[in-house]
Amino acid sequence: MTNNEEHLGGIQFMRLGLLALAGGMLFGVIGGFQFLFPEFLQELLFTKTRPMHVSLVISSIFLIAIGGIYYYLPRQCNLPLFSAKAVSLHFWGFLITGLAIVGCYLSGRFGGREYFEFPPILSIPIFLTWILFGVNYFMTTRQDKKSWPVYYWMWGTGIVFFFITYTEAHLWLIPYFRDNMVREIMVQWKSYGALTGSWNMLVYGTALYLATRISGCEKYARSKMAFSLYFLGLFNLMFGWAHHTYLVPSDTWIRTFAYVVSMTELAIFGKIIWDWRGSLETWQKNAHCNAYRFLIAADIWVFVNLGLALIISVPAFNLFTHGTHITVAHAMGSTIGINMMVLLASVFFVIREELPNEVHASCSKTLRTGFWISNVSLAIFFVALILAGVGKGIYDGASFQEMMLGIRPFLLTFAVSGIALMIGMWIILWHGFRLLGLVRRNAVNSRCIEQSYPVSLQDDQKAFRPDSRGDLGAPIG
Amino acid sequence: MNNRLVFGTLFVAFIAYSSQVYTSGTASMQTPPMSDEARHGQQLFQDYNCIACHQFYGLGGYMGPDLTNVISKRSGAYSAAFIRAGTATMPNFGLAPDEVSALVEYLRFVDRTGTYPPEEYEVRWTGVVEQADDPA
Repeated sequence: MTNNEEHLGGIQFMRLGLLALAGGMLFGVIGGFQFLFPEFLQELLFTKTRPMHVSLVISSIFLIAIGGIYYYLPRQCNLPLFSAKAVSLHFWGFLITGLAIVGCYLSGRFGGREYFEFPPILSIPIFLTWILFGVNYFMTTRQDKKSWPVYYWMWGTGIVFFFITYTEAHLWLIPYFRDNMVREIMVQWKSYGALTGSWNMLVYGTALYLATRISGCEKYARSKMAFSLYFLGLFNLMFGWAHHTYLVPSDTWIRTFAYVVSMTELAIFGKIIWDWRGSLETWQKNAHCNAYRFLIAADIWVFVNLGLALIISVPAFNLFTHGTHITVAHAMGSTIGINMMVLLASVFFVIREELPNEVHASCSKTLRTGFWISNVSLAIFFVALILAGVGKGIYDGASFQEMMLGIRPFLLTFAVSGIALMIGMWIILWHGFRLLGLVRRNAVNSRCIEQSYPVSLQDDQKAFRPDSRGDLGAPIG
Repeated sequence: MNNRLVFGTLFVAFIAYSSQVYTSGTASMQTPPMSDEARHGQQLFQDYNCIACHQFYGLGGYMGPDLTNVISKRSGAYSAAFIRAGTATMPNFGLAPDEVSALVEYLRFVDRTGTYPPEEYEVRWTGVVEQADDPA
């Protein structure tokens, strides 16, 4: 792989991430209808569709975030990757392990714990490829001799803590943990809370990177506010998990401490993006209209989810919200509204950088339509889940079926808005997938031209390659 | 340099905190010994991915009921009948009698670890909740 193609590994990760998300949404819609009509697609039980949905969506978060890192470091941060071969190995390792996991789920071979339901042996390649990613990341970024901007810290922290928390998620394999139900459940949810924090580090790091690049102003990434956000995020990642287990009998200090830690990170994150938005000139918003639009959507969802997160973090309220669909609303609102909007901003930022002439095509009416369908249907989806959760929380009878019948209208609204959400997202994903494919094709074609005309055309192309800010045809020679 | 110091301090605190959670913080007073049959049931619970639909302590899927105290609220025989026959929403997985018995034994083990939803608790003015079955 030549230096000009180093970023293509990142593009490959992003494209696979978009595909995984499209598949994850399909399984989510199927699962949503099975929730209401258990006889729907009985060959594909809910025990299979749920892990398919969750695993594909979580994989897509990692794939698009990792793709961004593999793209930004060599292409825009002037840091040649320590090993381009390791990127390729990472990609194929991820893909093959992912296919093996999908095969296990579809054939009903489970054996693991919730969210990692596949046989635990498949975690070994996940560990190995993650180590490869971590070594490549730190060996690449150590070439930068200046003090690190906050997004390097965030990406690095996400990598290290994924490794720690994924290990922690497997402690149930040791009898000391497995034989004590309370310990096992607490450690399991401690690891899940921090694991979410680790991918949030990758995603929020990407958001700050984009904010920096779009504004062309490095000060955001080195500001005290950005580092305060980072350390608060890290603090939350380490200690803020216990709202999941408030009602598990355990030492009171664990839940009191988590309650105090609370969720301040989202507020500061929102503030940074808000400040950044205000500082942008109109031309900057127009130049990156798609990335900007997705970042603003993420910002609004941050505030919505912040309110809900604060409520469910108070133990007295958690008594009623725990184990209800309000928790699902929070999880889905954060995953789609915040994580996915930031990652789609990253995808369309890359497209704008690589295909400046396509910018108008990619700002087309259909893409805008997809954006609005997704966000409006997500809002309906979110409210329906909250109402279903309130219904479940206030039900004081003894019949589970009676409770489910009572909240059925909300679940039906949730399932139907899920279809609209999937359609809206598919429109966006198709645009992203197609245009990233064009980026890849262009790079391969340009290599063919370079091989045929080693000197003259190479110079021509370099001269009109967009610079790192994405200004159309800016001569750099 | 300051950033490294802050990171290092937080990391050390994280290790100390985690070791507390792994040991005394979760040394519940109500942990019965786990029999081999219950352990077999636990593995079956995972092999059939029951957590996709059911919950323990409110954690898991929402398609079926929470099973934390299903044994004390209903009974072992009631649970076994459901597992054997299935329901409109839960398929009959065709389990052998010894597998049904192992699953019920596992549910019995879980039932003895605590109460969910908590029945005896106190809400402090700070919003903190103290439950009767928290360790002293």
